Amino acid sequence: MTIDTTDTTQTITRIAEIIINELKLEDVTPETFDSDLDLVDEVGIDSMDLATIALVIRDEFGIRIDEDDYPKLTTVRIIAEYISNKRTENE
Amino acid sequence: MKTVSSLLDADWYERYKKISRLNIRSSIYDVTDRCNLRCKGCFFFASGEHERAAEEKDVSKWHDFVEKEMDRGVNLAILIGGEPTLCMDRIEAFYKRLPTFCATNGLIKVPRDRFPDMMVGLSLWGDAEDETILRGQDTFKITSKNYEGDPHAYYLYTITPRQLGKTEKIIKKIEGVGLKVHMQLLSNDEDVNGFSWKPEELIAIRAEMDGMLDAYPNTVISSKYYHEVITTGKMLGRTFGWSECPSVTILRDNRNPQPKRLTNFIRWASDLKTVHRCCTSETRDCSTCKDGAAHMSWVMVNKRAHIKTPKDLKNWIEIYEMFAKLYQFIPW
Ligand code: SF4
Ligand code: SF4
Repeated sequence: MTIDTTDTTQTITRIAEIIINELKLEDVTPETFDSDLDLVDEVGIDSMDLATIALVIRDEFGIRIDEDDYPKLTTVRIIAEYISNKRTENE
Repeated sequence: MKTVSSLLDADWYERYKKISRLNIRSSIYDVTDRCNLRCKGCFFFASGEHERAAEEKDVSKWHDFVEKEMDRGVNLAILIGGEPTLCMDRIEAFYKRLPTFCATNGLIKVPRDRFPDMMVGLSLWGDAEDETILRGQDTFKITSKNYEGDPHAYYLYTITPRQLGKTEKIIKKIEGVGLKVHMQLLSNDEDVNGFSWKPEELIAIRAEMDGMLDAYPNTVISSKYYHEVITTGKMLGRTFGWSECPSVTILRDNRNPQPKRLTNFIRWASDLKTVHRCCTSETRDCSTCKDGAAHMSWVMVNKRAHIKTPKDLKNWIEIYEMFAKLYQFIPW
């Protein structure tokens, strides 16, 4: 399986944007958001935040994120890769 | 953007990381509608909740029910009543499968050969005089014998306005029997004369609770921020109440906008079908609610709001640690 890098970069930026909007993060843009920043240990999101983000992702990308997978989704990059993988699986 | 590590030194950051992924998902269960006491101000009887549903008596149904609760993601069962220890088989249905906490008046001892490490919260409403007025007897005499030195039990000390200036005596008694204590405030659901909080009493009791935490840090499981929030009803300039409460049963939660809340929280009646509005009495006025767990949870679900200053975030960590200790997710 190959992941299109342009596609992944766009997804990363969009996921960062969703997180910034949903969590109302200040002083950061989708472009400056560090995609390897640990979302729990550094941004401080909790499972309810993740559930909200998962809903937006479901509506926008048509991907259902299993609740059991939440603990694995620790960075924006990992979420983007998860989405790419799920999309490939669904193709 | 403020990150967690930018607000904390290495020690605090380690403390944060120990709790940040616990993802506690509790629900509350009325194990029975009966009790071997009838305390004045008990929200369960005062609001008539004991008559809302007929107890499910078939234990196998309790086992099936707990399995379904686990499928819903519940990872902490908080058992209340009535008095849960009147129905040990039902308690066992939870304990065999899940981290389980049992709130009890302590008159019947939980058999430790059957429930070796189940955390038990022993209700205590003050000194012998207040206990006798409100509960008809001084329960401490019996409960302290039942649980002396038990590492999986602590007192849930409900402080009444009449306890002002007297809390130290109680804390010392508890320390003397080798147990821990967590403090909360009486909501006085039955309007017993002299037991409703006046503003100046809340200020005084906050100072007293802070003093007890400073003087007995190994016995009192608490935090000063918790004392602040529960006595003022304020957190980061916001006011506690219906629109902010995190402990509303998800199936009854039609609030718009939705506040931050406990994920999938439900308080079940003992018929295993009926749900109650929230973690405490349906008839309680939210604007006077002093429920300790609801206030703690209010802080806990609002983590991001506390990632603003080192002080706010440390306050949040202390409250989360307190909750995690009380329900055995981290050691004392
Ligand atoms: S012991 Fe608990 S359940 Fe029983 S009457 Fe008192 S407060 Fe209510
Ligand atoms: S009575 Fe207390 S716990 Fe219940 S909904 Fe109101 S504020 Fe929340």
